[in-house]
Amino acid sequence: MIDNNIEKRIQALHERLIYLKDIFAGKHEDSASLLEERLESFQQRMNAAFVFDPYTDMAALEDLFSYVERRLDNTITPMDRVRIVRHPQRICLRDILENVYDNYTEVGGQDEYSLDPSMLIARAVITRHRGKKTYQQSVMVIGQEKGHGAEYRNGGSVKPWGNAKAMHYMLVAETEGIPIHTYVFTPGSYPIEDYPGAAQQIARNLYGMAGLRVPVIAVFSEGGSGGAEAISLADRRLMLSHGYYSVISPEGAAAIEGHIRPGQRATTKLIEHCASNLHITAQDNLEFGYIDRVIQEPPLGARPWHFEFFRLLRQEVIRATDEVIISTRSLPLLRGLALKRHGSPKADLENLYIRWALSGHSKKRLVDLRQKKFLGLSTSAISDNRPWHTKMWAACVDYVTQPWNSFKYDFYRKHQRKIKVIMEEVDNEWESLKNKLWAPLGKVLQKFEVKKPENYGEQLTTLSTWNHDTRIKRWKYLSPRYKIDQAVTCPNSAEYGCMDLWGPDLFGEFAGVCSYCGYHFPMEPEWVVQNVFDDGSVREFNAEIEARNPLNFPNFSERIAKAQEKNGTRSGCKTFEARIDDIRLVVAMLMGTFRGGSVGAAEGYKFMEAANFALKKRFPFLAYVHGTAGMRIQEGTHALIQMPRCTVAVRRYIEAGGLYVVLYDTNSFAGPVASFLGCSPYQFAVRSSNIGFAGPGVIKETTGIDIPPKYHRSTQALSRGHIQGIWDRRQIRTNLKQALRTIGGRNLYYR
Amino acid sequence: MLNITALLESIRESPYRDNVVVAPHTGRLTFASDISLGQSVTGPTGLWKEKAGTLLAILERERNPKPITALEKGEICALHSELEGQFVQAGTAIATIRHMLTREEVEHIILQQTLHLFAAPERAKYYFIPEVDKKMHASDEPSVKVHPGMELFIMSRMKREVHLNYTGPAGIIYAVYFKHNENIDAGAPLVGICTSEQLPEIQEVIARIKTEWK
Repeated sequence: MIDNNIEKRIQALHERLIYLKDIFAGKHEDSASLLEERLESFQQRMNAAFVFDPYTDMAALEDLFSYVERRLDNTITPMDRVRIVRHPQRICLRDILENVYDNYTEVGGQDEYSLDPSMLIARAVITRHRGKKTYQQSVMVIGQEKGHGAEYRNGGSVKPWGNAKAMHYMLVAETEGIPIHTYVFTPGSYPIEDYPGAAQQIARNLYGMAGLRVPVIAVFSEGGSGGAEAISLADRRLMLSHGYYSVISPEGAAAIEGHIRPGQRATTKLIEHCASNLHITAQDNLEFGYIDRVIQEPPLGARPWHFEFFRLLRQEVIRATDEVIISTRSLPLLRGLALKRHGSPKADLENLYIRWALSGHSKKRLVDLRQKKFLGLSTSAISDNRPWHTKMWAACVDYVTQPWNSFKYDFYRKHQRKIKVIMEEVDNEWESLKNKLWAPLGKVLQKFEVKKPENYGEQLTTLSTWNHDTRIKRWKYLSPRYKIDQAVTCPNSAEYGCMDLWGPDLFGEFAGVCSYCGYHFPMEPEWVVQNVFDDGSVREFNAEIEARNPLNFPNFSERIAKAQEKNGTRSGCKTFEARIDDIRLVVAMLMGTFRGGSVGAAEGYKFMEAANFALKKRFPFLAYVHGTAGMRIQEGTHALIQMPRCTVAVRRYIEAGGLYVVLYDTNSFAGPVASFLGCSPYQFAVRSSNIGFAGPGVIKETTGIDIPPKYHRSTQALSRGHIQGIWDRRQIRTNLKQALRTIGGRNLYYR
Repeated sequence: MLNITALLESIRESPYRDNVVVAPHTGRLTFASDISLGQSVTGPTGLWKEKAGTLLAILERERNPKPITALEKGEICALHSELEGQFVQAGTAIATIRHMLTREEVEHIILQQTLHLFAAPERAKYYFIPEVDKKMHASDEPSVKVHPGMELFIMSRMKREVHLNYTGPAGIIYAVYFKHNENIDAGAPLVGICTSEQLPEIQEVIARIKTEWK
């Protein structure tokens, strides 16, 4: 009969062995078989009662396990880390709530009885001491839960309404003035469009978090793309040493890189290759600056029995929260001293009490610091080829223009309105007086006026005048396909019986619109640039900013160079200043022709700069999305970080009173829609465009759901409440002008 | 009166439907490489019939190649391969697909020709009036008689309920096409009525189809 305690310890070693075998997936078999052999032998000896001192032997065996785990920990590859965070034995949020916080109450539902069981929300308490006094500090804990009922947790893949629930409780925390601790345990968001919609809700979360007036601390374990971003726009971002943070799962990247068709699987070698080249580890992200601190886990990753690790995690989240609070203090000297004291690894944070409440001024500073932190990220991931004088001007321009803009808009404009009102009244009086004085003379002059005979003959014999015929010269830009002598079939022909269209007609006069059913064929981005804005009004800026290959992803530099050559641009985002009937506006255009319109560091930088430029100039800001396939996976987290970064830029612009309008054309999917595009209160789409989070193939692959045809069509997006209207391509100019006038108000600037 | 047995016999003699595939417009025709006489083809598949059927040929006009696909499952019983590479006129027969009728299709053909269908006047939920409903539940066999002007349904939409009178020939309710608490589109059939004389014959034919038809 084996001692109950020994039996439990043997069982624990069995689990450690299974874990080791699982995470290395066939590698290090010699080490695994050694441990297995020793464990079997010990168990057999125990069964046969051949062990004289079982506790000593057991301790020796455990030491051997620990030694092997430490040794293998040095050989862990990025893909092994992916397997670690996905393993059922990995710590999960409920473990953290039990072991890191002193007490907690779940508020976002319980177990399967929840709006979305994969999103766990709890009010938790941390107890701290100062002298003999005890303080209880409340936090709102939000995060994805994968375990403790894995059958209904959906693997931590949160549905849109789960993210909405998270946002709701973040706002509750803001109202209550308590910090938020978020824990990221997700492989990605659940990609369905049902209201509130995967992309649109992540965008709302990012927008909301960019302005939360309470400290937000995010801890990453599994940071899978948009699902991770939905709760991680934080003041401090901590990461567990064995976690990963990536723009896409290695399997997803392998499917794209290997051009894998639906139903096929990428090879293990290709998946490992992608995991390695995406630079997804905590150390990589720390070096890039997207993570502030790495929390060291025990060898081969933390599991629920690593109580020492939970103590460390508790210290780190307290330290991070304290640091955020201290950094908002207005006295720099006190701030520096306190930060130094808290930053020390020897600091006993349990006995260092800092009040986690903020004054009004500190809240403003907190939000400003958070926003500036994100705006300053990923600058090293682009090639800035601007001439030195342009860079110098860009660096100094704020010092010159800020006072002038403040004078012009904050002082002069306010008083100008008053003066204008007075002048209008004076003018009216003068007009009235003038009319009275001129009235007698006008009567005399009327008698001598000679009337021109009207040409009734011409009016009766002419039906219309060909001088105004704009059929041929209607468009300033015609698609190059206009020259191809070919008939084209409308995709709706089976449904609506559309006749074939002659290419030169379709891509010329018809502006790519089927004259039978109104289907819009995709056109080039140049079509909008030249046909929507006033002649000669387009002035591009930041054209020298170049997309590059910051992760040295294999064969990617050549692909970028090819896209640059094909499009004649250096990145997939073109930013320019333009006019529509003398309404000046700033436009950022994502071009679907440049690597599918994917957004990398350069595109993000240009978008952010365009929003800043519009803010400084007090112009309306239009994001024209000719097409976007998502964040550029080959740039890894350099691309992913553009989601919060550009959303922050957009929020700053809107908060300052700017009018931000988004217009989708062709296909717009994934990251950009789930962040800086989806957060706009005014989103419109060109007819026949598709808008969504993930394409049909990805939805089928991840959820197993067959989605109906036209699931992502703009009409569906409009029905779901994701966009505000659908425009005909030929009416973009008119509709845009109307939108600017009506939404933007008299000054095209609504405050 | 329609002779149902004769109708079934005529279907039995030729238990298929020949679909002639014609050129939708003029153009140069190229048959798909793997198409041959006697080959089985499939119609559109997928949950929403979103995947096109077997490719039969390509018809090219003005440098615009257009695929011609099978619209129904079946077997190619005629293939005009002499048209390969030829310029054809609109309406030219390209191939014929023989579709073998399924049991449900045969039942549908017979019932369509023998029953009078009473259609829903607007999209709403439909219920029998309580007396008729009781009779419907009382017997498994069709036994509820209807006559023109008889109050038969309650049409329920939102919080509005309207009684609906039957219009059409007198007879027996043979088939009910609506379910409890389910919306029915305007124009969709609610019930199928047959004359009391025809009832035994219909029942016999349907039973024969169910047992004999493969």
